[in-house]
Amino acid sequence: MIPVHPETDRRIDELKAGFPHAGSALLPALYLIQEEKGSIPEEAMVYVAEKIGVSPAFVAGVVSFYTLFHPRPVGRHHIQVCRTLPCALRGCGEILAHLSKRLGIKEGETTPDGRFSLVAVECLGACDTAPMMQINDQEHGHLDRAKVDAILESLR
Amino acid sequence: MAYEPLLLRNVGKPGSETIDVYLASGGYQGLRRVVKEFAPEKFVEEVKAAGLRGRGGAGFPTGMKWGFLPKTKDRPRYLCVNADESEPGTFKDRLLIEKDPHLVLEGIILSAFAIECHTAFFYIRGEFHTGYRTFAKAIEEARAKGFLGKNILGSGYDLDLILYRGAGAYICGEETALLESLEGKRGLPRIKPPFPAVVGLYGCPTIINNVETLANVTLIAERGASWYAGLGRPPKNTGPKLYCVSGHVKRPGVYEAPLGIPLMELIQERAGGLVHPDRPLKAVVPGGSSMRVLPATKCDVLMDFDSLIAAGSMLGSAGVIVMDSGTCMVWALLSLARFYAHESCGQCTPCREGTGWFVKVLERIERGEGRPGDVDLLIDVASRVEGNTICPFGEAIAWPVDSYARVFREEFEDHVAHGTCPIGATAAR
Repeated sequence: MIPVHPETDRRIDELKAGFPHAGSALLPALYLIQEEKGSIPEEAMVYVAEKIGVSPAFVAGVVSFYTLFHPRPVGRHHIQVCRTLPCALRGCGEILAHLSKRLGIKEGETTPDGRFSLVAVECLGACDTAPMMQINDQEHGHLDRAKVDAILESLR
Repeated sequence: MAYEPLLLRNVGKPGSETIDVYLASGGYQGLRRVVKEFAPEKFVEEVKAAGLRGRGGAGFPTGMKWGFLPKTKDRPRYLCVNADESEPGTFKDRLLIEKDPHLVLEGIILSAFAIECHTAFFYIRGEFHTGYRTFAKAIEEARAKGFLGKNILGSGYDLDLILYRGAGAYICGEETALLESLEGKRGLPRIKPPFPAVVGLYGCPTIINNVETLANVTLIAERGASWYAGLGRPPKNTGPKLYCVSGHVKRPGVYEAPLGIPLMELIQERAGGLVHPDRPLKAVVPGGSSMRVLPATKCDVLMDFDSLIAAGSMLGSAGVIVMDSGTCMVWALLSLARFYAHESCGQCTPCREGTGWFVKVLERIERGEGRPGDVDLLIDVASRVEGNTICPFGEAIAWPVDSYARVFREEFEDHVAHGTCPIGATAAR
Protein backbone atom coordinates (compact mmCIF):
# COMPACT_ATOMS: atom_id res chain seq x y z
CA MET A 1 0.00 0.00 0.00
CA ILE A 2 1.46 3.37 -0.95
CA PRO A 3 1.00 6.09 1.67
CA VAL A 4 -0.44 8.58 -0.82
CA HIS A 5 -3.58 8.79 -2.93
CA PRO A 6 -3.26 6.95 -6.31
CA GLU A 7 -3.89 10.27 -8.05
CA THR A 8 -0.89 11.83 -6.27
CA ASP A 9 1.16 8.78 -7.26
CA ARG A 10 0.14 9.22 -10.88
CA ARG A 11 0.94 12.92 -10.85
CA ILE A 12 4.41 12.23 -9.44
CA ASP A 13 5.05 9.87 -12.37
CA GLU A 14 3.95 12.65 -14.67
CA LEU A 15 6.32 15.09 -12.95
CA LYS A 16 9.24 12.71 -13.36
CA ALA A 17 8.59 12.49 -17.08
CA GLY A 18 8.35 16.28 -17.37
CA PHE A 19 11.97 17.04 -16.44
CA PRO A 20 15.21 16.29 -18.27
CA HIS A 21 16.28 14.55 -15.02
CA ALA A 22 13.88 12.80 -12.66
CA GLY A 23 15.62 14.26 -9.59
CA SER A 24 14.07 17.65 -10.32
CA ALA A 25 10.67 16.12 -9.61
CA LEU A 26 11.43 15.86 -5.89
CA LEU A 27 10.43 19.36 -4.79
CA PRO A 28 7.18 19.42 -6.79
CA ALA A 29 6.43 15.87 -5.60
CA LEU A 30 6.85 16.97 -1.99
CA TYR A 31 4.44 19.84 -2.65
CA LEU A 32 1.88 17.37 -4.03
CA ILE A 33 2.21 15.16 -0.99
CA GLN A 34 1.89 18.11 1.36
CA GLU A 35 -1.14 19.36 -0.53
CA GLU A 36 -2.81 16.00 -0.04
CA LYS A 37 -1.79 15.32 3.55
CA GLY A 38 -1.15 18.72 5.08
CA SER A 39 2.37 17.64 5.98
CA ILE A 40 5.11 15.28 4.79
CA PRO A 41 5.17 12.35 7.23
CA GLU A 42 8.07 9.94 7.39
CA GLU A 43 6.39 7.14 5.45
CA ALA A 44 5.71 9.57 2.62
CA MET A 45 9.40 10.52 2.58
CA VAL A 46 10.36 6.85 2.27
CA TYR A 47 7.80 6.41 -0.49
CA VAL A 48 8.90 9.44 -2.51
CA ALA A 49 12.58 8.53 -2.08
CA GLU A 50 11.97 5.23 -3.83
CA LYS A 51 9.85 6.93 -6.45
CA ILE A 52 12.59 9.45 -7.35
CA GLY A 53 15.51 7.09 -6.83
CA VAL A 54 17.24 8.71 -3.86
CA SER A 55 17.63 7.64 -0.23
CA PRO A 56 15.04 8.44 2.44
CA ALA A 57 17.77 10.36 4.31
CA PHE A 58 18.31 12.52 1.24
CA VAL A 59 14.60 13.34 1.14
CA ALA A 60 14.57 14.12 4.87
CA GLY A 61 17.50 16.46 4.27
CA VAL A 62 15.60 18.28 1.55
CA VAL A 63 12.41 18.53 3.62
CA SER A 64 14.29 19.99 6.58
CA PHE A 65 16.18 22.48 4.41
CA TYR A 66 13.13 24.32 3.06
CA THR A 67 10.82 26.24 5.37
CA LEU A 68 7.73 25.64 3.24
CA PHE A 69 7.85 21.88 3.77
CA HIS A 70 6.23 20.71 6.99
CA PRO A 71 7.30 17.35 8.43
CA ARG A 72 4.59 17.85 11.06
CA PRO A 73 1.13 19.29 10.50
CA VAL A 74 0.61 23.03 10.91
CA GLY A 75 -2.66 24.77 11.69
CA ARG A 76 -5.45 24.84 9.12
CA HIS A 77 -4.75 28.56 8.98
CA HIS A 78 -0.97 28.87 8.99
CA ILE A 79 -0.23 32.47 9.93
CA GLN A 80 3.19 33.68 8.85
CA VAL A 81 4.09 37.15 10.09
CA CYS A 82 7.02 38.80 8.36
CA ARG A 83 9.56 39.95 10.91
CA THR A 84 12.48 41.22 8.83
CA LEU A 85 13.73 44.84 8.96
CA PRO A 86 11.33 46.60 6.53
CA CYS A 87 8.34 45.09 8.36
CA ALA A 88 10.01 45.65 11.74
CA LEU A 89 10.37 49.35 10.91
CA ARG A 90 6.61 49.48 10.41
CA GLY A 91 5.65 47.69 13.61
CA CYS A 92 5.44 43.97 12.90
CA GLY A 93 6.40 43.26 16.51
CA GLU A 94 3.13 44.73 17.65
CA ILE A 95 1.19 42.70 15.07
CA LEU A 96 2.83 39.47 16.20
CA ALA A 97 2.17 40.25 19.87
CA HIS A 98 -1.46 41.04 19.10
CA LEU A 99 -1.97 37.81 17.17
CA SER A 100 -0.32 35.85 19.95
CA LYS A 101 -2.68 37.40 22.50
CA ARG A 102 -5.80 36.92 20.37
CA LEU A 103 -5.00 33.29 19.57
CA GLY A 104 -3.69 32.46 23.03
CA ILE A 105 -0.54 30.83 21.65
CA LYS A 106 3.10 31.79 21.44
CA GLU A 107 5.03 32.22 18.22
CA GLY A 108 5.82 28.76 16.86
CA GLU A 109 2.74 27.14 18.40
CA THR A 110 -0.55 25.77 17.09
CA THR A 111 -3.92 26.20 18.80
CA PRO A 112 -5.10 22.99 20.53
CA ASP A 113 -8.00 22.66 18.05
CA GLY A 114 -5.48 22.75 15.16
CA ARG A 115 -7.16 25.71 13.53
CA PHE A 116 -4.35 28.26 13.79
CA SER A 117 -0.58 28.13 13.83
CA LEU A 118 1.49 31.26 14.30
CA VAL A 119 5.04 31.74 13.07
CA ALA A 120 7.34 34.70 12.50
CA VAL A 121 9.02 34.32 9.13
CA GLU A 122 11.76 36.11 7.23
CA CYS A 123 11.12 38.71 4.53
CA LEU A 124 8.19 37.76 2.29
CA GLY A 125 9.13 40.31 -0.36
CA ALA A 126 6.14 42.59 0.08
CA CYS A 127 7.82 45.39 2.04
CA ASP A 128 5.66 48.01 0.33
CA THR A 129 2.69 46.66 2.30
CA ALA A 130 4.55 46.38 5.64
CA PRO A 131 3.66 45.23 8.18
CA MET A 132 2.34 42.18 6.42
CA MET A 133 1.59 38.50 6.88
CA GLN A 134 0.62 35.52 4.81
CA ILE A 135 -2.08 33.07 5.84
CA ASN A 136 -1.71 29.90 3.78
CA ASP A 137 -1.38 31.32 0.26
CA GLN A 138 -3.15 34.59 0.98
CA GLU A 139 -1.27 37.82 1.69
CA HIS A 140 -2.50 40.51 4.01
CA GLY A 141 -0.70 43.85 4.10
CA HIS A 142 -0.91 47.28 5.72
CA LEU A 143 -1.82 45.59 8.98
CA ASP A 144 -2.95 47.19 12.19
CA ARG A 145 -4.74 45.63 15.15
CA ALA A 146 -8.22 46.31 13.80
CA LYS A 147 -7.35 44.76 10.44
CA VAL A 148 -5.86 41.70 12.13
CA ASP A 149 -9.04 41.32 14.20
CA ALA A 150 -11.21 41.54 11.10
CA ILE A 151 -9.09 38.92 9.31
CA LEU A 152 -9.26 36.53 12.28
CA GLU A 153 -13.01 37.07 12.47
CA SER A 154 -13.39 36.10 8.81
CA LEU A 155 -11.57 32.83 9.47
CA ARG A 156 -13.60 31.75 12.50
CA MET B 1 9.51 66.34 -18.73
CA ALA B 2 7.71 63.54 -16.98
CA TYR B 3 9.33 60.14 -17.33
CA GLU B 4 7.29 57.62 -19.33
CA PRO B 5 7.60 54.26 -17.62
CA LEU B 6 8.91 51.42 -19.77
CA LEU B 7 9.07 48.48 -17.39
CA LEU B 8 5.91 49.53 -15.57
CA ARG B 9 4.05 50.74 -18.66
CA ASN B 10 1.18 48.32 -18.16
CA VAL B 11 1.09 48.21 -14.38
CA GLY B 12 -2.11 49.82 -13.19
CA LYS B 13 -4.08 49.00 -16.34
CA PRO B 14 -7.03 46.68 -15.75
CA GLY B 15 -6.10 43.15 -16.80
CA SER B 16 -2.43 44.13 -17.15
CA GLU B 17 -1.44 40.49 -16.61
CA THR B 18 -3.37 39.23 -19.65
CA ILE B 19 -1.89 38.69 -23.07
CA ASP B 20 -4.54 40.88 -24.69
CA VAL B 21 -3.51 43.97 -22.76
CA TYR B 22 0.12 43.14 -23.40
CA LEU B 23 -0.40 42.73 -27.15
CA ALA B 24 -2.35 45.99 -27.27
CA SER B 25 0.68 47.77 -25.77
CA GLY B 26 2.87 46.50 -28.61
CA GLY B 27 3.85 43.31 -26.84
CA TYR B 28 5.67 40.52 -28.68
CA GLN B 29 6.59 42.90 -31.52
CA GLY B 30 10.19 42.80 -30.37
CA LEU B 31 10.21 39.02 -30.51
CA ARG B 32 8.66 39.11 -33.98
CA ARG B 33 11.37 41.49 -35.15
CA VAL B 34 14.25 39.59 -33.58
CA VAL B 35 13.38 36.11 -34.83
CA LYS B 36 12.96 37.54 -38.32
CA GLU B 37 15.92 39.91 -38.52
CA PHE B 38 18.54 38.57 -36.13
CA ALA B 39 20.76 35.54 -35.97
CA PRO B 40 21.07 34.47 -32.31
CA GLU B 41 24.66 35.67 -31.94
CA LYS B 42 23.71 39.00 -33.50
CA PHE B 43 21.11 39.54 -30.80
CA VAL B 44 23.73 38.74 -28.14
CA GLU B 45 25.80 41.56 -29.68
CA GLU B 46 22.75 43.82 -29.55
CA VAL B 47 22.33 43.21 -25.80
CA LYS B 48 26.05 43.82 -25.28
CA ALA B 49 25.81 47.09 -27.22
CA ALA B 50 22.86 48.18 -25.09
CA GLY B 51 25.08 47.99 -22.02
CA LEU B 52 22.48 46.08 -20.00
CA ARG B 53 23.79 45.06 -16.59
CA GLY B 54 22.08 42.38 -14.52
CA ARG B 55 19.33 43.63 -12.22
CA GLY B 56 19.56 40.82 -9.69
CA GLY B 57 22.24 42.38 -7.53
CA ALA B 58 25.70 41.98 -8.99
CA GLY B 59 25.28 44.29 -12.00
CA PHE B 60 27.24 42.01 -14.30
CA PRO B 61 26.90 42.80 -18.04
CA THR B 62 24.23 40.45 -19.39
CA GLY B 63 25.54 40.08 -22.94
CA MET B 64 29.01 39.31 -21.64
CA LYS B 65 27.58 36.61 -19.36
CA TRP B 66 25.84 35.04 -22.35
CA GLY B 67 29.14 35.16 -24.21
CA PHE B 68 30.75 32.82 -21.65
CA LEU B 69 28.81 29.84 -23.02
CA PRO B 70 31.10 27.36 -24.76
CA LYS B 71 30.95 27.58 -28.53
CA THR B 72 30.41 23.85 -28.91
CA LYS B 73 26.80 22.72 -28.93
CA ASP B 74 27.16 19.04 -28.08
CA ARG B 75 25.17 19.37 -24.87
CA PRO B 76 21.85 21.06 -24.16
CA ARG B 77 21.98 24.63 -22.88
CA TYR B 78 19.63 25.92 -20.27
CA LEU B 79 18.28 29.29 -19.30
CA CYS B 80 17.19 29.56 -15.67
CA VAL B 81 15.18 32.58 -14.66
CA ASN B 82 15.92 33.67 -11.15
CA ALA B 83 12.51 34.65 -9.79
CA ASP B 84 13.48 33.74 -6.25
CA GLU B 85 13.28 37.32 -5.08
CA SER B 86 14.09 37.26 -1.36
CA GLU B 87 16.49 40.07 -0.56
CA PRO B 88 14.91 42.02 2.32
CA GLY B 89 13.59 45.32 1.02
CA THR B 90 13.10 44.03 -2.54
CA PHE B 91 9.74 43.49 -4.25
CA LYS B 92 10.18 44.60 -7.86
CA ASP B 93 10.29 41.20 -9.58
CA ARG B 94 7.14 40.21 -7.74
CA LEU B 95 5.39 43.25 -9.24
CA LEU B 96 6.51 42.40 -12.79
CA ILE B 97 5.53 38.74 -12.40
CA GLU B 98 2.10 39.54 -10.99
CA LYS B 99 1.23 42.59 -13.09
CA ASP B 100 3.03 42.21 -16.43
CA PRO B 101 4.21 38.61 -16.79
CA HIS B 102 4.33 38.79 -20.58
CA LEU B 103 6.94 41.56 -20.50
CA VAL B 104 9.14 39.10 -18.61
CA LEU B 105 8.10 36.12 -20.71
CA GLU B 106 8.94 37.87 -23.95
CA GLY B 107 12.39 38.65 -22.52
CA ILE B 108 12.84 34.99 -21.59
CA ILE B 109 11.97 33.83 -25.10
CA LEU B 110 14.30 36.43 -26.62
CA SER B 111 17.16 35.50 -24.31
CA ALA B 112 16.68 31.77 -24.84
CA PHE B 113 16.70 32.43 -28.58
CA ALA B 114 19.92 34.43 -28.25
CA ILE B 115 21.75 31.70 -26.35
CA GLU B 116 20.20 28.91 -28.46
CA CYS B 117 18.53 27.15 -25.58
CA HIS B 118 15.43 25.00 -26.02
CA THR B 119 14.44 24.34 -22.43
CA ALA B 120 14.18 27.18 -19.95
CA PHE B 121 13.20 27.13 -16.28
CA PHE B 122 11.38 29.76 -14.29
CA TYR B 123 12.41 29.29 -10.66
CA ILE B 124 9.88 31.25 -8.64
CA ARG B 125 9.97 31.88 -4.92
CA GLY B 126 7.72 29.38 -3.12
CA GLU B 127 5.86 32.06 -1.19
CA PHE B 128 4.76 33.83 -4.40
CA HIS B 129 1.46 32.01 -4.86
CA THR B 130 -0.22 34.76 -6.87
CA GLY B 131 2.85 35.13 -9.06
CA TYR B 132 2.97 31.39 -9.66
CA ARG B 133 -0.63 31.24 -10.79
CA THR B 134 -0.31 34.39 -12.90
CA PHE B 135 2.83 33.17 -14.61
CA ALA B 136 1.39 29.70 -15.27
CA LYS B 137 -1.54 31.39 -17.00
CA ALA B 138 0.80 33.64 -19.00
CA ILE B 139 2.74 30.61 -20.23
CA GLU B 140 -0.48 28.97 -21.40
CA GLU B 141 -1.58 32.13 -23.20
CA ALA B 142 1.79 32.51 -24.92
CA ARG B 143 1.76 28.87 -25.99
CA ALA B 144 -1.73 29.21 -27.46
CA LYS B 145 -0.57 32.20 -29.54
CA GLY B 146 2.55 30.46 -30.84
CA PHE B 147 5.10 32.51 -28.87
CA LEU B 148 6.24 29.40 -27.00
CA GLY B 149 6.55 25.76 -28.05
CA LYS B 150 7.50 24.42 -31.46
CA ASN B 151 8.48 26.64 -34.39
CA ILE B 152 7.92 29.98 -32.66
CA LEU B 153 6.36 32.51 -35.07
CA GLY B 154 7.38 30.33 -37.99
CA SER B 155 11.07 30.81 -37.24
CA GLY B 156 11.90 27.14 -36.77
CA TYR B 157 13.02 27.90 -33.21
CA ASP B 158 11.56 25.72 -30.39
CA LEU B 159 11.39 26.60 -26.73
CA ASP B 160 9.79 24.91 -23.76
CA LEU B 161 9.47 26.75 -20.44
CA ILE B 162 9.13 24.87 -17.16
CA LEU B 163 7.73 26.63 -14.11
CA TYR B 164 9.39 25.54 -10.87
CA ARG B 165 8.48 26.54 -7.32
CA GLY B 166 11.13 27.14 -4.70
CA ALA B 167 10.29 26.11 -1.18
CA GLY B 168 11.37 28.87 1.15
CA ALA B 169 15.14 29.38 1.22
CA TYR B 170 16.78 32.78 0.68
CA ILE B 171 20.00 31.11 -0.40
CA CYS B 172 18.35 29.70 -3.53
CA GLY B 173 18.51 33.20 -4.99
CA GLU B 174 22.26 32.57 -5.25
CA GLU B 175 22.64 31.20 -8.76
CA THR B 176 24.40 27.91 -8.04
CA ALA B 177 22.15 27.18 -5.02
CA LEU B 178 19.23 27.77 -7.38
CA LEU B 179 20.63 25.12 -9.72
CA GLU B 180 21.02 22.63 -6.87
CA SER B 181 17.43 23.31 -5.83
CA LEU B 182 16.22 22.86 -9.41
CA GLU B 183 17.96 19.49 -9.42
CA GLY B 184 15.87 18.53 -6.40
CA LYS B 185 18.49 19.00 -3.71
CA ARG B 186 19.20 21.16 -0.68
CA GLY B 187 20.15 24.61 -1.91
CA LEU B 188 23.86 24.57 -1.14
CA PRO B 189 25.92 26.91 -3.34
CA ARG B 190 28.58 25.33 -5.52
CA ILE B 191 32.25 26.25 -5.64
CA LYS B 192 33.10 28.40 -8.67
CA PRO B 193 34.80 27.82 -11.05
CA PRO B 194 33.47 26.05 -12.98
CA PHE B 195 30.91 28.77 -13.66
CA PRO B 196 27.36 27.79 -14.61
CA ALA B 197 27.91 28.98 -18.19
CA VAL B 198 30.23 26.00 -18.53
CA VAL B 199 28.94 23.51 -15.93
CA GLY B 200 25.45 24.43 -14.78
CA LEU B 201 22.14 22.65 -14.55
CA TYR B 202 22.56 18.86 -14.90
CA GLY B 203 26.21 19.60 -15.69
CA CYS B 204 25.26 21.46 -18.85
CA PRO B 205 26.03 25.05 -19.92
CA THR B 206 23.53 27.31 -18.16
CA ILE B 207 22.68 30.98 -17.97
CA ILE B 208 20.89 32.38 -14.94
CA ASN B 209 19.22 35.77 -15.35
CA ASN B 210 17.06 37.87 -13.07
CA VAL B 211 13.41 38.71 -13.87
CA GLU B 212 13.92 42.47 -14.27
CA THR B 213 17.01 41.86 -16.43
CA LEU B 214 14.89 39.80 -18.83
CA ALA B 215 12.18 42.46 -18.93
CA ASN B 216 14.92 44.86 -20.05
CA VAL B 217 15.87 42.46 -22.85
CA THR B 218 12.33 42.91 -24.19
CA LEU B 219 12.84 46.68 -24.30
CA ILE B 220 16.10 46.27 -26.21
CA ALA B 221 14.36 44.02 -28.75
CA GLU B 222 11.55 46.54 -29.16
CA ARG B 223 13.54 49.70 -29.61
CA GLY B 224 17.12 48.72 -30.29
CA ALA B 225 20.44 48.90 -28.51
CA SER B 226 21.35 52.46 -29.43
CA TRP B 227 18.12 53.83 -27.98
CA TYR B 228 18.60 51.76 -24.82
CA ALA B 229 22.25 52.75 -24.45
CA GLY B 230 21.22 56.40 -24.32
CA LEU B 231 19.02 55.93 -21.25
CA GLY B 232 20.29 56.50 -17.73
CA ARG B 233 23.95 57.38 -17.27
CA PRO B 234 25.83 56.00 -20.26
CA PRO B 235 28.08 54.31 -21.00
CA LYS B 236 28.15 52.01 -17.97
CA ASN B 237 24.81 52.56 -16.25
CA THR B 238 22.22 52.33 -18.98
CA GLY B 239 18.52 51.65 -19.11
CA PRO B 240 15.55 52.00 -16.80
CA LYS B 241 15.57 50.63 -13.25
CA LEU B 242 12.97 49.59 -10.74
CA TYR B 243 13.59 50.94 -7.24
CA CYS B 244 11.83 49.46 -4.21
CA VAL B 245 11.34 51.94 -1.39
CA SER B 246 10.31 50.69 2.06
CA GLY B 247 10.60 51.69 5.69
CA HIS B 248 9.77 55.12 7.07
CA VAL B 249 8.37 56.76 3.94
CA LYS B 250 4.83 57.93 3.23
CA ARG B 251 4.40 55.92 0.03
CA PRO B 252 6.43 52.71 0.06
CA GLY B 253 6.42 51.11 -3.38
CA VAL B 254 8.19 50.29 -6.61
CA TYR B 255 9.30 53.32 -8.64
CA GLU B 256 10.78 53.33 -12.11
CA ALA B 257 13.42 55.80 -13.24
CA PRO B 258 16.43 55.74 -15.53
CA LEU B 259 19.54 54.45 -13.74
CA GLY B 260 21.06 57.27 -11.75
CA ILE B 261 18.06 58.98 -10.13
CA PRO B 262 19.23 60.88 -7.02
CA LEU B 263 18.49 58.87 -3.87
CA MET B 264 16.89 61.86 -2.14
CA GLU B 265 14.59 62.50 -5.11
CA LEU B 266 13.45 58.91 -4.85
CA ILE B 267 12.73 59.28 -1.15
CA GLN B 268 11.34 62.82 -1.07
CA GLU B 269 9.45 63.06 -4.34
CA ARG B 270 8.56 59.55 -5.44
CA ALA B 271 7.98 57.98 -2.04
CA GLY B 272 6.47 61.13 -0.55
CA GLY B 273 9.12 61.83 2.07
CA LEU B 274 9.29 60.57 5.62
CA VAL B 275 6.27 59.40 7.62
CA HIS B 276 6.95 61.30 10.84
CA PRO B 277 7.44 65.04 10.32
CA ASP B 278 9.35 65.32 13.60
CA ARG B 279 11.85 62.57 12.87
CA PRO B 280 14.63 63.40 10.41
CA LEU B 281 16.32 60.88 8.15
CA LYS B 282 18.91 58.75 9.91
CA ALA B 283 20.08 56.08 7.48
CA VAL B 284 19.31 54.41 4.18
CA VAL B 285 20.19 50.96 2.88
CA PRO B 286 20.34 51.63 -0.87
CA GLY B 287 20.40 48.16 -2.38
CA GLY B 288 18.71 45.50 -0.29
CA SER B 289 19.68 44.43 3.23
CA SER B 290 23.03 42.93 2.20
CA MET B 291 24.49 46.26 1.17
CA ARG B 292 26.37 48.72 3.38
CA VAL B 293 24.21 51.31 5.14
CA LEU B 294 24.55 55.00 4.29
CA PRO B 295 24.14 57.61 7.03
CA ALA B 296 21.84 60.56 6.20
CA THR B 297 24.89 62.73 5.55
CA LYS B 298 25.92 60.46 2.66
CA CYS B 299 22.54 60.15 0.97
CA ASP B 300 23.27 62.79 -1.62
CA VAL B 301 24.10 60.08 -4.13
CA LEU B 302 22.94 58.84 -7.53
CA MET B 303 21.24 55.46 -7.69
CA ASP B 304 23.33 53.58 -10.19
CA PHE B 305 25.91 50.80 -10.04
CA ASP B 306 29.06 52.91 -10.13
CA SER B 307 27.89 55.94 -8.12
CA LEU B 308 26.93 53.72 -5.19
CA ILE B 309 30.21 51.85 -5.28
CA ALA B 310 31.95 55.24 -5.14
CA ALA B 311 29.76 56.11 -2.13
CA GLY B 312 30.90 52.97 -0.31
CA SER B 313 27.83 50.80 -0.88
CA MET B 314 26.22 49.06 -3.85
CA LEU B 315 23.05 49.24 -5.91
CA GLY B 316 22.42 45.53 -5.27
CA SER B 317 18.75 44.74 -5.80
CA ALA B 318 17.78 48.43 -5.46
CA GLY B 319 15.85 47.71 -2.28
CA VAL B 320 15.91 51.10 -0.58
CA ILE B 321 15.21 50.76 3.15
CA VAL B 322 14.65 54.14 4.78
CA MET B 323 15.18 54.65 8.51
CA ASP B 324 14.33 57.78 10.49
CA SER B 325 15.79 59.09 13.74
CA GLY B 326 13.48 56.87 15.79
CA THR B 327 15.39 53.78 14.67
CA CYS B 328 17.88 52.11 16.98
CA MET B 329 20.67 50.88 14.73
CA VAL B 330 21.60 48.01 17.06
CA TRP B 331 18.02 46.81 16.92
CA ALA B 332 17.93 47.24 13.12
CA LEU B 333 21.13 45.26 12.66
CA LEU B 334 19.91 42.58 15.05
CA SER B 335 16.82 42.14 12.88
CA LEU B 336 19.07 41.56 9.87
CA ALA B 337 21.47 39.31 11.78
CA ARG B 338 18.54 37.07 12.72
CA PHE B 339 17.52 36.93 9.09
CA TYR B 340 21.00 35.85 7.96
CA ALA B 341 21.42 33.39 10.82
CA HIS B 342 18.15 31.75 9.80
CA GLU B 343 18.99 31.74 6.10
CA SER B 344 22.64 30.63 6.20
CA CYS B 345 22.74 27.27 4.43
CA GLY B 346 25.29 26.05 6.97
CA GLN B 347 27.79 24.80 4.46
CA CYS B 348 30.72 27.12 5.30
CA THR B 349 31.86 27.45 8.89
CA PRO B 350 32.60 31.22 8.86
CA CYS B 351 29.04 31.97 7.72
CA ARG B 352 27.24 29.36 9.80
CA GLU B 353 29.09 30.26 13.00
CA GLY B 354 29.59 33.95 12.23
CA THR B 355 25.88 34.66 11.77
CA GLY B 356 25.20 32.99 15.13
CA TRP B 357 27.87 35.13 16.79
CA PHE B 358 26.38 38.31 15.35
CA VAL B 359 22.96 37.47 16.78
CA LYS B 360 24.40 36.55 20.16
CA VAL B 361 26.55 39.67 20.53
CA LEU B 362 23.89 42.04 19.16
CA GLU B 363 21.25 40.55 21.44
CA ARG B 364 23.33 41.21 24.50
CA ILE B 365 24.20 44.75 23.38
CA GLU B 366 20.53 45.53 22.73
CA ARG B 367 19.55 43.98 26.09
CA GLY B 368 21.99 46.30 27.81
CA GLU B 369 24.44 43.53 28.63
CA GLY B 370 27.06 44.46 26.05
CA ARG B 371 30.69 44.05 27.06
CA PRO B 372 33.53 46.47 26.41
CA GLY B 373 35.08 45.46 23.11
CA ASP B 374 31.86 44.03 21.69
CA VAL B 375 31.72 46.55 18.86
CA ASP B 376 35.25 45.65 17.80
CA LEU B 377 34.34 42.00 18.17
CA LEU B 378 31.49 42.46 15.65
CA ILE B 379 33.82 44.18 13.19
CA ASP B 380 36.46 41.51 13.71
CA VAL B 381 34.09 38.59 13.17
CA ALA B 382 32.69 40.32 10.06
CA SER B 383 36.21 40.56 8.64
CA ARG B 384 36.64 36.82 9.14
CA VAL B 385 33.40 35.96 7.37
CA GLU B 386 33.94 38.23 4.38
CA GLY B 387 35.80 36.53 1.57
CA ASN B 388 35.93 33.19 3.36
CA THR B 389 32.76 31.55 2.08
CA ILE B 390 31.80 29.66 -1.06
CA CYS B 391 29.10 32.16 -2.05
CA PRO B 392 28.50 35.90 -1.52
CA PHE B 393 26.24 35.22 1.48
CA GLY B 394 29.30 35.85 3.66
CA GLU B 395 29.63 39.38 2.32
CA ALA B 396 25.86 39.82 2.53
CA ILE B 397 26.03 39.68 6.32
CA ALA B 398 29.60 40.96 6.84
CA TRP B 399 28.90 44.21 4.98
CA PRO B 400 25.87 45.29 7.01
CA VAL B 401 27.51 44.29 10.31
CA ASP B 402 30.73 46.11 9.49
CA SER B 403 29.00 49.23 8.18
CA TYR B 404 26.35 49.61 10.92
CA ALA B 405 29.00 49.10 13.60
CA ARG B 406 31.42 51.59 12.05
CA VAL B 407 29.02 54.27 10.86
CA PHE B 408 26.95 54.23 14.05
CA ARG B 409 29.79 53.26 16.36
CA GLU B 410 28.87 55.89 18.95
CA GLU B 411 25.34 54.56 19.23
CA PHE B 412 26.61 51.00 19.64
CA GLU B 413 29.15 52.11 22.27
CA ASP B 414 26.40 54.04 24.09
CA HIS B 415 24.42 50.84 24.46
CA VAL B 416 27.44 49.11 25.96
CA ALA B 417 28.47 52.00 28.20
CA HIS B 418 25.03 52.74 29.64
CA GLY B 419 23.60 49.24 29.61
CA THR B 420 20.49 50.40 27.86
CA CYS B 421 19.11 51.32 24.45
CA PRO B 422 19.21 55.12 24.21
CA ILE B 423 16.41 55.16 21.66
CA GLY B 424 14.13 52.38 22.83
CA ALA B 425 12.71 49.81 20.49
CA THR B 426 9.24 51.33 20.89
CA ALA B 427 10.26 54.41 18.92
CA ALA B 428 11.47 52.25 16.09
CA ARG B 429 8.37 52.27 13.97
